[in-house]
Order: sequence, then structure tokens, then C-alpha cells
Amino acid sequence: MTQVERQQWDVVVVGAGGAGLRAAIEAREQGLRTAVICKSLFGKAHTVMAEGGIAASMGNVNAGDNWQVHFRDTMRGGKFLNSWRMAELHAKEAPDRVWELETWGALFDRTKDGRISQRNFGGHEYPRLAHVGDRTGLELIRTLQQKVVSLQQQDFKETGDYESRIKVFQECTVTRILKGPDGRVSGIFYYERESGRFFVIESPAVVLATGGIGKSFKVTSNSWEYTGDGHALALLAGASLINMEFVQFHPTGMVWPPSVKGILVTESVRGDGGVLRNSEGKRFMFDYIPDVFKEKYAQSEDEGDRWYEDPDNNRRPPELLPRDEVARAINSEVKAGRGSPHGGVFLDVSTRLPAEEIKRRLPSMHHQFKELADVDITAEPMEVGPTCHYVMGGVDVDPDTAAALGVPGLFAAGEVAGGMHGSNRLGGNSLSDLLVFGRRAGLYAAEYARDAAGSGAKRAEVDEEQIAAASAEALRPFSAEAGAGAAGKDGDADGGTRPPENPYTLHQELQQSMNDLVGIIRREAEMSEALNRLGDLRVRARRAGVEGHRQFNPGWHLALDMRNMLLVSECVARAARERTESRGGHTRDDHPAMDRDWRKQNLVCRLADPAGGALPAADVPDPERGQIRLEKREMPPIRPDLLDLFEKDELVKYLTDEELTE
Amino acid sequence: MATGTTERPPSPDQPGGVRAPGRAAISARHLRTDRWWLQPTATFAALTVFIVYSTWRALINDDYYAAPYVSPFYSPCLGSECVDMKGGPNFALFGDWWFMSPAVIILIFPLGFRFTCYYYRKSYYRSFWASPPSCAVAEPHKTYTGETRFPLILQNAHRYFFYAALVVAAILTYDAVLGFRNSEYEWGHVGLGTIVLWINVVLIWLYTLSCHSCRHIVGGRLRHFSKHPLRYRAWGWVGKLNQRHALLAWASLISVGLADLYVYLLASGAFDDPVLF
Amino acid sequence: MTTAPTTGYTAHFKVWRGDDEGGGLEDFEVEVNEGEVVLDIIHRLQATQAPDLAVRWNCKAGKCGSCSAEINGRPRLLCMTRMSVFDRAETITVTPLRAFPVVRDLVTDVGFNYEKAREIPSFVPPEKLAPGEYRMQQEDVDRSQEFRKCIECFLCQDTCHVVRDHEENKASFAGPRFLMRVAELDMHPLDAAKDEGLDRRTSAQDEHGLGYCNITKCCTEVCPEHIKITDNALIPLKERAADRKYDPLVWLGNKIFRRKE
Repeated sequence: MTQVERQQWDVVVVGAGGAGLRAAIEAREQGLRTAVICKSLFGKAHTVMAEGGIAASMGNVNAGDNWQVHFRDTMRGGKFLNSWRMAELHAKEAPDRVWELETWGALFDRTKDGRISQRNFGGHEYPRLAHVGDRTGLELIRTLQQKVVSLQQQDFKETGDYESRIKVFQECTVTRILKGPDGRVSGIFYYERESGRFFVIESPAVVLATGGIGKSFKVTSNSWEYTGDGHALALLAGASLINMEFVQFHPTGMVWPPSVKGILVTESVRGDGGVLRNSEGKRFMFDYIPDVFKEKYAQSEDEGDRWYEDPDNNRRPPELLPRDEVARAINSEVKAGRGSPHGGVFLDVSTRLPAEEIKRRLPSMHHQFKELADVDITAEPMEVGPTCHYVMGGVDVDPDTAAALGVPGLFAAGEVAGGMHGSNRLGGNSLSDLLVFGRRAGLYAAEYARDAAGSGAKRAEVDEEQIAAASAEALRPFSAEAGAGAAGKDGDADGGTRPPENPYTLHQELQQSMNDLVGIIRREAEMSEALNRLGDLRVRARRAGVEGHRQFNPGWHLALDMRNMLLVSECVARAARERTESRGGHTRDDHPAMDRDWRKQNLVCRLADPAGGALPAADVPDPERGQIRLEKREMPPIRPDLLDLFEKDELVKYLTDEELTE
Repeated sequence: MATGTTERPPSPDQPGGVRAPGRAAISARHLRTDRWWLQPTATFAALTVFIVYSTWRALINDDYYAAPYVSPFYSPCLGSECVDMKGGPNFALFGDWWFMSPAVIILIFPLGFRFTCYYYRKSYYRSFWASPPSCAVAEPHKTYTGETRFPLILQNAHRYFFYAALVVAAILTYDAVLGFRNSEYEWGHVGLGTIVLWINVVLIWLYTLSCHSCRHIVGGRLRHFSKHPLRYRAWGWVGKLNQRHALLAWASLISVGLADLYVYLLASGAFDDPVLF
Repeated sequence: MTTAPTTGYTAHFKVWRGDDEGGGLEDFEVEVNEGEVVLDIIHRLQATQAPDLAVRWNCKAGKCGSCSAEINGRPRLLCMTRMSVFDRAETITVTPLRAFPVVRDLVTDVGFNYEKAREIPSFVPPEKLAPGEYRMQQEDVDRSQEFRKCIECFLCQDTCHVVRDHEENKASFAGPRFLMRVAELDMHPLDAAKDEGLDRRTSAQDEHGLGYCNITKCCTEVCPEHIKITDNALIPLKERAADRKYDPLVWLGNKIFRRKE
């Protein structure tokens, strides 16, 4: 086989969204040579889709805000399943991360006295989201991208080479994390989309910042990149995932026309005054305020309306409940036959704000509906419904260092890391999460890499065998096309004579299954059915074949992504079947209540076959058995000074009696 | 693909532009299916008509004054042989040596203003020079240096023509005020010509003030609007006008031609100015 | 659940396929349903007729600027071009961007833009201000914010005849997107480039090829974010360069009153 080109870098960051770029900037500023690998062009990451803002308790609009309040809101939003340490770090460091962006050239919307303006959002007690109209994610990405460029300009001045210390490998996909014989990370294996060629980067530290898994669902706000790559890479490298049962369905995605179904409608619409109505014209959210939030939300429309002007003496309207609550409420209204013509509900801002104000505050929403749905949101209501938006679950990491547990040299930050958001993420906490833990991952990866170099130990060599295995795995879809013989040769007992499968068809079936069976409302039998279908798809995915050659071949890329989507989908389905309660982004029809005993349990997913880490996933012998092993793990008790931030009345709703008396 | 590491050696002998080697092999100059040629053609025709008309009028050196109206092409009249306009802006600044029409002296300023105007530049680059004829339609020229060198680098002098245009507009306003006389030079009268001159001068002002240089000078050059609230507000107004700069350019071009034509018709005796009061 | 009206029809597409060695327009008959955009049709071609048809895309909501191509000869985003704007009998031609080298099918090498991005000196933070101390008024950031709406789809770079029709100008011309970036930084209320001896106005002219722009406004016409590139960025930048280079009064004033600003 052809020689695979190798390069050496100190730190490799997989993913160039908010977390990845922040990590790369940090590692480079620590003085280490940093490589960033991303599937799309530089600056196109899914972070650009974030609209509302970055949550940080700067207290610019309401001086009562501080990190303790932000911490409390985050824990409540996550129904206390959050890694409290991550939530603490996040609340404490978010303001610094936002201010730092300004020194890199970010231009947020301003308050009257010239500071960063902050807006209201679901679940946040005070106006807290630093924003730029409704395109905050774009501002974040562009700022980080331009910071990377500015570092490259510095390096150019010093070394004559822009890419001497930080380089972006764009349109490249990592398919394997490579490990040395001692179990430490030794590098990555990737292919370049443009040429289809394979490469290896040898590096002691790898930061995963690949985002989420939404492309396993049919109705999703996520882009094609969101195939759970980092989740799967971590599993295959021997790391574990936690909280995979918690998938956030954003309450407001577009529902019409079909081709845009799922595209996000920002929560800012509600934060700025938009209200939800059913087909009878009723503001139904008042009927869906759960007990744990009864004291915090308005009980009448009048009070809710007054809150926008006078938040200190009124309670907020229930449209601003955490996302899981709103998504479930919309789901129930539609099921009860009170939905809009295309199966959503009405989100109306046209009767709440003057047209000019709407265009100023929500320009891209105005644009999006005008261009894609022929709806003028300044004159008529939008139709919206839940859409798969975010996965709370992810790589099991150390809260302080973002190091993946069990795999030295592997780090994870952003959506691909688990724990921070517990069972449900608050809007605005994602962008701040990216920055806070992106920086931490970059910092500790750099430290790790420096120590690895300093300890005098030779870098773990990447051995040819691993590279050969990874190449064979990546080329498999081409030989599937060759017909019966090729499939049989791989010991494929039941598929020897069947024709190759179309990866696009497989993907569509996977999306449909996950949407129907492991969607927003879940039942045990349906999830068992989902696991069966996943097993079946896994067998068929082994025969996924592609036409053409290796240069920029999207069919091939999808066939390779299927491995990752099947792995993470199984994690979601298995963990969701196991957790017999409803909490945050996990709602069980057959176990509708929140269970305090489940509060301190994390469900940990690992690869079932320990050897699987080094083998192509498709070689797992018994497809029915599945690839994922599940295990319960108790969470560490919340530190007492953090617990003291809450009223006892509130804690009893979440914590068991033993936990409270301790 | 890494960010920006591709190398493309220049190849001077090979076909250029959209047919340059490496680009998608499509032989057509463009694949547009709409009537993209309509606008440049119409612009070409309209501007040509104006140029022919104004050249003829500027050179004939006659029929430019019909009391109390003066043609905007001949105001101020700075030659030594100007018709006496009684209170009008005619001064024999230029002596007998000036052999050409006095219009030539003064027209250089409004024409220079329009020639260097950002809107007209767009129009004539597209319609006269086909550079480009329309968006994504390949231009016929082999090389292109834009406004980087002489003579087109002189386009940067637009703001000086703007200053001059302010003076010209002020003089035309004065002319329009003189239009409130009748042909006996008695004040307090309005004829159709008065209205024609006023419509013209208002459009000239709007066009002049909506100019990009004006927008820049009024406030665009500032870094901190918040420290200059009055100029910020003025910048906002000019900005609003500026959005209609193209429309005002055409409207004022037509009005100035018609105002001249009107005076010509009066002066040549084609008809008499209808007096309203 | 929903009452999806079945108003599908078959459209005739011509899609350019090939690579840097050559290629041509291929004909396809493909189903179109209500509310679809051109990118949906390209995806349908991939799923049913041409699985290896290369196309770049991400968000499918006009926010990332990945799916730039040319439809009926006009540079556009595939995801923001609705099928309803075309006549049903019309043949719809889709080609890659024609100002950049082609990689495969609808995918082009846009590396030119990343090279140019690096040539624009970055934001220079004011030395005296610590993070968190920045104070800027909304009216002072409005102008730069408009330019920061840019999704870097590079349609303006593609349509600009300066480089589209003249490969040789690529070395000396940054293109509308990156001249706009210069304008953005020059209008940033706190950019301290001056303290480092960098004059963005003259360098726009001297180093980034502002003079090549003959303001024919095609960049503004194609901008999917409706940024007024020409009127709000390029012309003001030309005026600012004129301040520095062609206005003796301003030049003299700056010499004398330099300390004042």
C-alpha cells in the first residue's frame, strides 16, 4: 500500500468551531505548535448557527447578576445532574472569556453606557446573554478565526511562515485516534476530502472539539458535520461517554416548508417578547409550568407582559421556561390536536413589537423566514415545532482539565464533552461552555504535551499496523462495490451475496428510526425496537458501497460517517432505555416523573468489545449484541458551599433525603 | 486542503479570466439567461443622447438667455461676450482671448463632478467600457488596472469637484431666485420657467448633497459618531439621500437638460413663457 | 400529520461535472417539491442519481456561506435560491464558482480568499485598556457590525471582474470581502493600528489594491447578507484613502494637528 504522509505537531485539535479554535489559540499561546483539523472550510463551523448569545454574568444590564446566580440557573436547568464543578468553573470564567473576545476585535451590541449589552433568555434569572443581533455565533467564530490569523501573522513576522506554529487543515476528516503501546495517545489518522488521501499526525495530545450528533435525527437544526465523530473517536480510543440519553430538542424549529424543517428559530424571539399560541389562539405555556418552577414564573398573561418592562417586580412569562419544558409543551399541544396547519404551534412576535424593532433585533430570523418560507414575521406568526438541537452527553472528562478519563493525552471540550449541562442545557450556555472549556482543554493539553516532551520519554511512535488498519477501514466502502466476493471475504456470514447498500438510504433510515423511536417522548418498547433496527443497519452499513473515486466524494464520506452515527445512536438508545425516569432532555412516557434516586446516577457508555478500540467497528462479531456496554456510576456529592447557594425548599425537589442530611 | 497554501504559477500566454487554466472548463463567457444587457444598453443610449445634446448646446453659444431665465449650462457666464442678464451671475472674468462658448468654462465643473461621481463611474464603466458589461459576464479586455494609475487615478479628485458643485448649485439657486421676476425684471412673478428652474435646482441640490464625498466629509470620516452628535445626524440624513443617489443622478441630469431646453425654446422664440402671476 | 400538498414536478437541470483536467455540463431530470431550494435538488441528485456529485454545504440556512455556486450564470448560495423563482419549464444550470480553480464538480479551491485574509493586519487592541474595560457606543460600532455580518461565502470575490476576468490581478487585489475587512477595522472605534504605525487607509490603496475597484457594484448585488459593500465599505474607504493621499488640506491639517486626535 502507499506510504501515508506523517507530520509532527505538539497538540492536535479536532474541530474548528468555538471550542476547537479557543483550544488551539490557547495551546499556541502556550508556545506549542498546534494543528487544527476540521471537516469544513475554516470559519464555517456549526457554531455560526448559534444565534441568541453567550451567557456570562457580567451584570451589565442588571447589576444583581453574578457567578453564583448563573451557577444556580445552570444547575436548575440541568435538573441538578450537571457536573457541579464544571458548572462552577463555567459560571466563574465566562465573563473573562467574553471580555477577552473584545480584545480580539469582537463587536457586541452595546448598552447605553457603552458596555456589552445582555439579553434575556430561557432559564436565566437576569439578562445575561452577550449578543450581536441574532448572529452571535457568527461573531464568535469570526473573532476566533481572526485571532488565529493574527497569531499566524505574528509567526510570519518571526519565522517567515504563517503556518509554523498554528495551522488549519481544512476539509479533513479524522477517522481514528492512534495510541501507543502504553495506552497513551500518539496521534491521529485522517483523510483529506479534496484528494481522498490519507495522512497521519503524530502528536502526544489530541483535543476533541467536534460538536454534536444531531445528524442521526431526521428533524434537526444541525448540519451535516454533526455526525458524532468526536464521540465515536473517543469510544474507539477507549474513553467513555456519559449522559448520552439527554438530547435537547429545541422547542422552536421551522416546520414548513419540508425542506427546511428543523432549521432553528432562535430563543431570542421569545426573550424579546415573542409568545407561543395554539390553534385556538391561547398562550398555552401557562398550563405547563412544572411544580419545581411554580414560584419563578408568571401565573397570568398580564404579569408576564409586565416583566419585560419591570423584571424586578414581576415574574417572567412561561415561554421562557427551560427548553425541555417548552419543547414538551409544544409536543403535547400538537398531539392534542391544537397545532398549526403544518404540525407546529404559532410563535408570534408581530403583535408584540413594532416591525422596525423586529427587524433590528431579529434580522436573520426576518431574513430566514422571508427567504425560505415566504413568511413576514413582522406581520404574521411563525409556525414552529421541536427540533433536535444539542446533545448534553459526551466524553467523560475531568472537570478542571477537560482530559478524557482513561485515555492519557485525549481531551474534549464543547458539545462533545459531557457533564457540564446535566440533563438539559440552558440557551446561551453553549457558547460560554465552548470558550471556558475550550480554553481549559487547550491549556491542559499544552501542559500535557509539554510534560510529555519534558519527561524525556520518546514520543509514542505510530506503528504501521494501526495505520494499515485505519486505511483498510476507510477504504472498505470502495471494495463493497466489487460485489459478493469482497463482502464474503470479510467473514460476513449473512451478507455474502447481497448487493452493496446506498449510504444515503442507510442514513435516511437511521434518521427516521431515531426520530420516531428515540425522539422527544420515549417508551421502552420503542427503544428496544430502535436497538434492533440499529443492529440491522449496522450489518447493512458494512456493505455500504460507493461509486467513483476518492476525490471529494460525498457518498464515501457519508459511508464513513455512518460508523460514528451508528455508535452514538446506540449510546443514546441504550442509555435512554436504561434511565427509568424523566429528566431534562430525557422524557419517558412510561416513567413520567423525575426520580431523586436517579439524580446522582450517570450512565456511562463504553465500547463493548475492548479490542474494538483497535479494530474496525464493523468487525464486531455479533451485531445483535451491540457495540456498547452500559454502566451506572454515582456522581460525587455537590460541594457544601455550592449547595448553600440554594434554598432548602428547592433542594428537596431534587436531592434525596440522605444527600440532604449529609 | 490547508488554508491558502495552493500555488498557482502565473501563466501569461494562456487564455485568461473565466477560461484560465485550472478553472471549471466552460467555454461560454457567461451563462446568464436573464436580459442582463438591457441596463447597460439603456444607460449607453441615455448618456449618449445627453452628451450629444449638451455638446451641441454648449458650443452654439446662443439662445441661452430669455429674461429672466438663464440656462444652467451658461451660468455663471464668465466670457466677455455674455448676454446682459441684469443682476445675473455674469462677469467678464475671461477676456477677449477666450474664443469659445462661455459654457465651456463653467460646464467643466458640473461635468467633472458627474464624470467622477461614484454612480456615473459605475454606469459608464459598465455601459461604455464593458468593464464589466454586467455582473458575472466576462469583459472583453485583456488587461485591467482599474483606477490604480493615470488617468483614472484622477477619479480620486471627486471631492474637489464636489466643492465646485456646491458653488455651482448656489449660483443656480441664485438664478432660480432671479426667476421670480418677469421679463421686465419686476419682482414677485412666477412663470412656468420659474418652476422649471426651481425643480431643476432642487434636484441638483439633492444630487449634490447625496454624493458619496459629501457623505464622507459630513461625517463618514469620523471614527466616533458619539462624540459628534450633530455631524452624526447629518451623516444619517446624507446617508438616506445617498441610497437614492443613482435616482437623483438621473433625475437631475434630465432636469438640467430640460431646463436648458426650456430656455432655448424661449430664447429662440419657439414659444412664450406662460406667466402664472 | 400534516396536509402536505403534492405539487411536485420534474425539472431539467444541467450540472457541471468534472475536475481541473476538464469536464462539462451534464443533464439531469429530477423531481422538485414545494418549498425546495436548489441545494435540495442537488442533494436529491446525490441520493438518487449521482452519489459522488461533489458539493460543499453546511448549515442550509444561509448562515455559513459554504454552498456558493453559480446558478444560471449568477453567483448565489444554493441553499438560499428557492426553486419557485424559476419557471417550471426552464433549464437550470448549476456550475462551480468561475473565478477560482475547480476541485471537483461544484467544489472550488477558495484558498485565494484565505491567503488574502492573512494579508490584512488584524485588530490592534488599545494598550491601555484591560479586558472588560472596553467602552463603545452602539452608533460607533454600527458600521463595522454591518461588515461583520459577512458569512464569507466569497460570492463577491467570485463575481468581482478584477480577479474573475484577470487572473494576474489576484496577487495585488484583496477583493471586496477583504477591502471591507480593512474598512471594518478602520471604522472600529478602538482599533489602535495607528499606535503601531499602521495606516490602514493608505495601505488599502498601496498594499491591498483598492484602486483596482471601479465600483461597478457587482459585489453588492450578489451579497446574500445584503451588506452594502460598495456604498458603505469600499467608497468610504476610497474617500478615506483620498483624505490621506489626495487631499492636501487634510494632509497638512494632520501634519500640524497630529497630536489632537
